[in-house]
Amino acid sequence: MKSLSILETEDLTYTYSAGTPFEKTAVDHVNLSIEKNAMIGVIGHTGSGKSTLMQHFNGLLRPTSGKVLLDGQDIWADKKRLRDVRFRVGLVFQYPEYQLFEETVYKDISFGPKNMGLSDAQIKERVLETAEMIGLSEELLKRSPFALSGGQKRRAAIAGVMAMRPEILILDEPCAGLDPKGRDKLLRRICEYQKKTQSTVLLVSHSMEDVAEYTQKLLVMNKSKLFCYDDTAAVFRRTEELSAMGLRIPQIAGVMHTLRQKGYALPEDIYTVEQARDAILTLLRKGGAAAC
Amino acid sequence: MLKDITLGQYFPVESVLHRMDPRFKIIEIMLFIVILFAGDSFWILALGTVFVLLAQCLSNIPMKMIWKSIKPILPILALTALLNLLFIDDGDVLFQWKILKITQGGITTSLFMMIRIVLLIIGSSLLTYTTSPILLTDAIESLMSPLKKIKFPVHEMAMMMSIALRFIPTLLEETDKIMSAQKARGATLDNGKLIDRVKALIPIMIPLFVSAFRRAEELATAMECRCYRGGEGRTRLRRLKAQARDYIGFVVCMLFLAASVTINILVK
Ligand SMILES: Nc1ncnc2c1ncn2[C@@H]1O[C@H](COP(=O)(O)OP(=O)(O)OP(=O)(O)O)[C@@H](O)[C@H]1O
Ligand SMILES: [Mg+2]
Repeated sequence: MKSLSILETEDLTYTYSAGTPFEKTAVDHVNLSIEKNAMIGVIGHTGSGKSTLMQHFNGLLRPTSGKVLLDGQDIWADKKRLRDVRFRVGLVFQYPEYQLFEETVYKDISFGPKNMGLSDAQIKERVLETAEMIGLSEELLKRSPFALSGGQKRRAAIAGVMAMRPEILILDEPCAGLDPKGRDKLLRRICEYQKKTQSTVLLVSHSMEDVAEYTQKLLVMNKSKLFCYDDTAAVFRRTEELSAMGLRIPQIAGVMHTLRQKGYALPEDIYTVEQARDAILTLLRKGGAAAC
Repeated sequence: MLKDITLGQYFPVESVLHRMDPRFKIIEIMLFIVILFAGDSFWILALGTVFVLLAQCLSNIPMKMIWKSIKPILPILALTALLNLLFIDDGDVLFQWKILKITQGGITTSLFMMIRIVLLIIGSSLLTYTTSPILLTDAIESLMSPLKKIKFPVHEMAMMMSIALRFIPTLLEETDKIMSAQKARGATLDNGKLIDRVKALIPIMIPLFVSAFRRAEELATAMECRCYRGGEGRTRLRRLKAQARDYIGFVVCMLFLAASVTINILVK
């Protein structure tokens, strides 16, 4: 369904430090078509080229060869439009808290919207709405970003990009270094944001549990190449191939897999603890003690 | 990208020049500079060219990298040549237009100067291409160690230099990253009026300073945790040791020096 896709790549290739002994092709002939209104996980072993690929989507890196198409148009066709591309495709880097610089959190979040040329009233609305969605209280908005806790800084930095209301929001490992509770909360908020704005969110993550729970589709990178781009369930069915490239399926999926092998009639495609619990309970109710 | 700036960058390949003792290389490059600047005949330049070519052959550094080291100074080179051409009034006048006058002497001097600068740059880049920054500071520390007698803090200086060198790539990388992050939020860095451009630097400079201070603090803590207390009694992982090839190299350099002295005497 071509009409639904918003972002495409054609033979996208990128080589770092071309022509030196440090030469490294980080993205190798990637062809992709990403649809509107979706929550997409991006996984891959460390160094597989995820971050490099993401930086092409908003024109921060220029492809060595190949194209990036936004709404069917090459983003590099007209360099003057590149800035608009960046407003339409928001990118949150890993450890984004290191980019905070304003006197107050409010001002920092409004940096992006201000660059878009919005009026003060619009900016205010955006900032307050975003702060609410990401869970920053109004009292925090008045503080200096350097006086926040690590988790709060992270949320402020993410809000800075969300406030531009990009059609595609890319988050590069937004949960790195957060505690489990903080991770869950942040991911849930990102999910809510996605539903509310009907945008596309790309979530780069090393946690299979997280992508299993929150994303519908998965983009898998392996050694600079696109391994596959498919529904989350379909990807996790390829257990062997995933472990061969240093990835694993969520732990609970492994448990279910073992149970199935032992002869329990459990359905396939179970990747979250909740689903597993429900399935086991259903099985128990159906078969009673005899099933066990 | 910022990182592509060659800061006299190390070029890691295998070669005789790479394996030579950095202390000798520093002394030899100083001799080379003396040779270049002590004479003013073209024979000296020819000698310098032979020296540089010899070093290049031994260094396994591709010509492309040599060209890359000269490219940034081309504007300076052109300016020097132009000034020499216009303002040296010596010998036959070849061309005159109002007050502008080009003389035979002007042409010779500007050519001479250009070649001299190019040789100087190639020579010193060969040093930095073939010697890692850490080895370079080790060598400087070792060469300056006699100054310890007059209470000059040689070790501290060398430590500061190696820390600075160590963090240049890190900070450049960080600058790159912060610039990308702010660009992703629509920051424009390269157009507008001067005042806008200066303002545009704020979103980059502030995070950069914050992170530089954070790094400095972390490093200081880490050094204290490992009981760093200066150079007194400290042993080294890499001991600089001169070998046959270093002495041979030195003798060759002395021969070049002797040749240049001879040339200077003969020309007079
Ligand atoms: N600025 C750079 N210069 C040179 N090489 C780079 C640069 N950035 C990344 N690379 C190389 O490109 C490859 C892909 O890096 P990338 O950062 O895209 O991986 P990643 O999938 O995001 O890894 P991680 O999960 O660790 O974040 C790596 O081998 C890396 O060493
Ligand atoms: Mg990455």
